[in-house]
Amino acid sequence: MSSTPVLEIRNLNVEYGLGDQAVRAVRDVNLTLHRGEVLGLAGESGSGKSTLAYGMTRLLAPPGVITGGEVIYHPEKGEAYDVLGLSDRHLQAFRWAETAIVFQGAMNSLNPVHKISTQLTDVLRAHRPEMSEAARNARAREMLKLVGIAADRMEAYPHQLSGGMRQRVMIGMALILQPQVVIMDEPTTALDVVMQRQILGQLIELRERLGFSVIFITHDLSLLVEFSNRIAIMYGGRIVEEAAAAAIYKDSLHPYSQGLLGSFPSLRGPRRELTGIPGTPPDLKGMPSGCSFHPRCPKAFEPCSTNIPVLARPDDSPRSVACWLHPVKEPVG
Amino acid sequence: MKYFLQRVAFYLFTAWAAITLNFFIPRMVPGDPVQALITKFQGQLSSKAIESLYVLFGLDKDKSVWQEYLDYWNQLFHGDLGLSFTFFPTPVSEIISSSLPWTLTLVGITTVISFFLGTGLGVLAGWRRGSWADGLLPVTTFLSSVPYFWLGIIAIYLLTGPDSFFPSSGGFGSGLVPAWDQYFIPSAIQHSLLPALTILISSVSGWILSMRNMMVTVSSEDYITVAHAKGLSDRRVALSYAARNALLPNVSGFALSLGFIVGGTLLVEIVFSYPGVGFQLFQALGAQDYPLMQGIFLIITISVLVANLIADVAYLLLDPRTRKEG
Repeated sequence: MSSTPVLEIRNLNVEYGLGDQAVRAVRDVNLTLHRGEVLGLAGESGSGKSTLAYGMTRLLAPPGVITGGEVIYHPEKGEAYDVLGLSDRHLQAFRWAETAIVFQGAMNSLNPVHKISTQLTDVLRAHRPEMSEAARNARAREMLKLVGIAADRMEAYPHQLSGGMRQRVMIGMALILQPQVVIMDEPTTALDVVMQRQILGQLIELRERLGFSVIFITHDLSLLVEFSNRIAIMYGGRIVEEAAAAAIYKDSLHPYSQGLLGSFPSLRGPRRELTGIPGTPPDLKGMPSGCSFHPRCPKAFEPCSTNIPVLARPDDSPRSVACWLHPVKEPVG
Repeated sequence: MKYFLQRVAFYLFTAWAAITLNFFIPRMVPGDPVQALITKFQGQLSSKAIESLYVLFGLDKDKSVWQEYLDYWNQLFHGDLGLSFTFFPTPVSEIISSSLPWTLTLVGITTVISFFLGTGLGVLAGWRRGSWADGLLPVTTFLSSVPYFWLGIIAIYLLTGPDSFFPSSGGFGSGLVPAWDQYFIPSAIQHSLLPALTILISSVSGWILSMRNMMVTVSSEDYITVAHAKGLSDRRVALSYAARNALLPNVSGFALSLGFIVGGTLLVEIVFSYPGVGFQLFQALGAQDYPLMQGIFLIITISVLVANLIADVAYLLLDPRTRKEG
């Protein structure tokens, strides 16, 4: 895994609605995805992780608006550019060819009235108009094989496939143009645990073979610890901690990360009581002053309720945290 | 295929039930057509003539109901619907076959235009919501709530007159003989414009509204977001993903409305005295012309059934989820 960046999110702000009624769902997010890595993005419901994914691909449905920031994409060859500044035509060409997404709703991501083959090949028709019909079909078949689905399912309709098969078709579809970045937005939420592990294992294996980077969004921190290289924790629209997966698991610095880790059981190690996090996620319309986590934080002290902590490196290691318990040494970004 | 045959069998059964009802209902209505005819001829009929009239109308007192029922079916298969007595002794089938083309062309063409126009505008309004197309909606809501016969009366009141281009009644100019020539065709088109426009204006808004609403519903589906994320052109997403799926309910609505072509626009034909089936039915009702009513009801029933069958087949073709495997 190299440390050259492939996608850099800088000061991204996303709001729902306009003017005074606007809800700030993503606040000043800075995040860098490196070539070939799996970056996990975790947080409770409403923490802004999906909005962040939709924001950086410009797929926000109205009334979502990007109010500021940059998303710098580094193509394999050529100059880096800001995705948010692309014209409609360039954006169309950018989508799926450079950044593909596997969505939350595995069951509803496929159009029920078109065959699997149609939905796989129309990507190729849009992006590779020079390809012949036979070549497109061959490529689609190849992708199905890659994700472990028999090629004769090409002529099937989505309702004839199981949930797990549909999600695998989506993964195959995501990889059909060999994108550099694959965003997985809770890709296995609708599936059972066995199928979850099977599909994620397959994806990681494919990543090793094809070398794309993954942004893996989920609320299931245990999955992230297992499958990702680096993890970013989101709370109230901000990233509150970012570190290598092992570092998050073994000694997370932010009390919120500790809370998330404390809310699921581990398979090995001594038995301990599951704690969970008291209180409820913050209302994005009326965020608490200072650190947005302070009303729920067991370790809150004097500066927490008045000053917003910045995401910064607490020591010399390549990790960062936004918490007054770990004061700023060197701001990130 | 098995499903299709099941549907066909179902419709054949329904047709049988409808025709049987059609046979029995006039026999249950108080009064009988021969009495009405006797009154019409003011007692100038001999008892022999009356007797033969009963036989002619299939009301022979010597026959059992069962025998009459079998005769009725036998006649149906020979295309014999009996004799009308407003236009005595013209056969009902002849009256229907002369009035049916008028209704079919006027209402048929209008329904088809209305469906395509309305659905197209609905797709546009649903896909570009928040733009100028939304301004269309209050107008269509208003128009769809206006009864079309009322619209027809207003149109006659405002647009026709001695000097107007639009004739106020009839299907063609007086003094013309129906034929495929350069005098009759333009006259027929001229006469059909106003009723067609009336039907079009009042029916197109329904299509716009339903299509627009389905487009809005479908637009929020996950597969639309996926289609956008795939980098497909906006046109392709709008047509092949959104409109293709939003079309399903409208298509079955369209097939059903085909069934109402024959009987559904009775009032427009009455308002414009248009020589179609609806107008004939109106006259038949006024004259207690049972055989004619029976014949028209039969035609209406069959067209509704055929339209339903078309709706089923269309759905089968458009939505793979309705196809049963094996």
